[in-house]
Amino acid sequence: MKVVLHIWRQTKRSTEQDHKQDGRMVRYELADVSPDMSFLEMLDVLNEHLIGRGEEPVAFDHDCREGICGSCGVVIDGVPHGPERGTTTCQLHMRSFQDGAEIWIEPWRAAAFPVVRDLVVDRSAFDRIVQAGAYISVNTGAPQDANAIPVPKADADRAFDAATCIGCGACVAACKNASAMLFVGAKVSHFAHLPQGRVERERRARNLVAAMDAEGFGNCTNQYECEAVCPKEIPVRVIAEMNREYLRAKVIEQPAGGKQIGGHG
Amino acid sequence: MKLDAKIPGGPVQQKWDTRKFELKLVNPANKRKYKVLVVGSGLAGASAAASLAELGYQVECFCFQDSPRRAHSIAAQGGINAAKNYRNDGDSVWRLFYDTVKGGDFRAREANVYRLAQLSVNIIDQAVAQGVPFAREYGGLLDNRSFGGAQVSRTFYARGQTGQQLLLGAYAALSRQIGLGTVKMFPRTEMLDVVLVDGHAKGIVVRDLVTGEIRSHAADAVVLATGGYGNVFYLSTNAKGCNVTATWRAYKRGAGFANPCYTQIHPTCIPVSGEHQSKLTLMSESLRNDGRVWVPKAKGDKRAPGEIPDAERDYYLERKYPSFGNLAPRDIASRAAMQVCDEGRGIGDTGLGVYLDFRDSIARLGRDAIAARYGNLFHMYAKITAEDPYSRPMRIFPAVHYTMGGLWVDYDLQSTIPGLFVLGEANFSDHGANRLGASALMQGLADGYFVIPYTIGGYLAGQKAGAVKVDHPQFQVVAGEVAAMTKRLLQVQGKRTVDDFHKALGKIMWSKCGMARNERGLQQALREIPALREEFWRDVRVLGSERNLNQSLEKAGRVADFLEFGELMCRDALERRESCGGHFREEWQDDGEAKRDDENFCHAAVWEYTGPDQKPVRNAESLEFDNVHLAVRSYK
Repeated sequence: MKVVLHIWRQTKRSTEQDHKQDGRMVRYELADVSPDMSFLEMLDVLNEHLIGRGEEPVAFDHDCREGICGSCGVVIDGVPHGPERGTTTCQLHMRSFQDGAEIWIEPWRAAAFPVVRDLVVDRSAFDRIVQAGAYISVNTGAPQDANAIPVPKADADRAFDAATCIGCGACVAACKNASAMLFVGAKVSHFAHLPQGRVERERRARNLVAAMDAEGFGNCTNQYECEAVCPKEIPVRVIAEMNREYLRAKVIEQPAGGKQIGGHG
Repeated sequence: MKLDAKIPGGPVQQKWDTRKFELKLVNPANKRKYKVLVVGSGLAGASAAASLAELGYQVECFCFQDSPRRAHSIAAQGGINAAKNYRNDGDSVWRLFYDTVKGGDFRAREANVYRLAQLSVNIIDQAVAQGVPFAREYGGLLDNRSFGGAQVSRTFYARGQTGQQLLLGAYAALSRQIGLGTVKMFPRTEMLDVVLVDGHAKGIVVRDLVTGEIRSHAADAVVLATGGYGNVFYLSTNAKGCNVTATWRAYKRGAGFANPCYTQIHPTCIPVSGEHQSKLTLMSESLRNDGRVWVPKAKGDKRAPGEIPDAERDYYLERKYPSFGNLAPRDIASRAAMQVCDEGRGIGDTGLGVYLDFRDSIARLGRDAIAARYGNLFHMYAKITAEDPYSRPMRIFPAVHYTMGGLWVDYDLQSTIPGLFVLGEANFSDHGANRLGASALMQGLADGYFVIPYTIGGYLAGQKAGAVKVDHPQFQVVAGEVAAMTKRLLQVQGKRTVDDFHKALGKIMWSKCGMARNERGLQQALREIPALREEFWRDVRVLGSERNLNQSLEKAGRVADFLEFGELMCRDALERRESCGGHFREEWQDDGEAKRDDENFCHAAVWEYTGPDQKPVRNAESLEFDNVHLAVRSYK
């Protein structure tokens, strides 16, 4: 099959003052595409052609190519990770497109994810949020036997549903506010459903929300675009759970009187 | 090359306790004066970096990905073994030890394997304390399943994403330390050489993949946890970025490389669909708990699988290995698949495939139960093949998956370079010639959480803290060499792309040093690889500059190393004139089963670098089996 691609090319890193830099959409035609190719394999083919004619290949992040590392992710025709639900860019196949299709490919767009080059963005903000408290403070050592803490199956399953997040950032890219609440909510929800996580729940909720705000992500206005594009189909209930944990933490912090208690998002 | 494995004396059950007591300690107040560099942030690297920082050492951790959470351990699907005996089915540390030594076809070091089995139980406790959401039963306790090469259920799992959940646990522990300022993390940073001062590893030279800056980092010890080299085959289940560069460059600085020919071909991967294919996708071994492997009895039977009645199907694993059936170990299941395909009974358009069929278990347990166990794998399969595995058996075929060989390490996980420690898949120590399923996660975490925190202290206690700084002239020398190689790659300005060379190398490796190997093929490969390497340095085309993000340049450096490493691998395969585990030499077999030669090859082959284009020297570490006696490995 044949496709026409419009790809964002940018050589200089985005800054707060200048997101766009020298970025622009560039048109490419590609004739030798097989419907069995993955989307990234299609870009590989394009890059081989580009190198052949002496043009620098398109930079894009990718690694495992089986939908779990969270490295890849581009906006395809306006939708992060493209047209298939519950699918990362690397698991999208060209059979999802029609012969002759014109496809627009852009990087994640969010102030907190500056473009590094072409389709590669800097998602280190996510790591910094995790560093602020998305963990259980337990050192390596000799904790109690694993079966000493029974966890109801339903709780374990719900924790897993949130823990399945791959940190790709599609939720942020899809949100008109560039909110990271699905990502942060997933972290909060994972630990909130487990007895091991309850010890530090207030601190965790406060610190994660503060870190998220400090990174410049927006707030949630209940559009649920994040859920729609999440390749792991993490439900928006995790955002409600985060708000609940955050509110609870605030109440415990200021039991009576004091300053106004604000919900978040 | 002196190979002292430093195995402690006494019975195997007490060796680790003995060693822990022998090792010198670093006083808690002095730990913060020592700096350790950890390269790699997968299960072994992240767990090591976090645990060493918790102890009080200054740690710097490096990964080439944009975040430490993306290391390829994340993709491990099936599970992690531990001798908890929660199922009351006869498991024990001894049995896990026995299964692993036997599974490795008697080519692993007993003392290391025993320690691994001992530590397996601590890993599960640690992971649960971190909040890893393992699968549970309705009573709230942990669930288990079975994996190949074992007759007990000892595999803990988190749906089909166990590696992801364990890595996120280690990443969370690492992130906590980064947040506390005890670990400094360097993502998008690739190690390109190790720096030796007076024969000891005292630092590394890295390239910042975003700015292109070549930088030196000095320390008191260096830990490599940089994974395996399966991508030498181009097509493998490894992530695209997995490479041999860190271990290869350490080898060229004097670290012995052990058993490079031991590669694991995993029996259940999605077959290749065309020339464009960039990687292969694994379908977890856990599927063989409920899936049955078969091909038609008749050659060239092209009927749809549903139209072939049971009487005309050959469930060949159940037929050949009745006591282990579909859970025969990986090397054996892969070879059996290859045999039926060679007989012309393979399925699919290419004839290179066999069926993995869930019909019977769906009938027995219901679709929902199967979906709960393997939902994400079925989803992944459907995405890639556009076929529904609930109604049509999966098509599967063996693919390169894991490499048992790696840098040689002693019992303390120290390489032949003092101060250079090697963990996880990057070392050679625990799996012999074949790794059992669900043992890679176990080894990575055992090394990182529970071995290196003890053994590195033994080394550091004898070193003056902070003795070497980056202003030592050796750093300049090595950084200069790294910069020169980078420049050289850009200056060739030839015609062929890096991927083109990588694919050509992969074809040589797969056809001559893959599932089956023979003298003639290996000799041929040993002529073809140097020729291809020479062509690479004459005709590779790498565009752009070294001063910014340049993914072609990154790949070029890795492929240049694979082009050297591939030759060593073939040389090792040639010199090992026996079959064992994943190393199958056609000349040594008993009707398709591997035939070991214990008299001549009951050792680890450890290769020593002697200079560019020089023949390396083959050394041997003899392996003693005092507890699990050498026997023909049978799963019948």
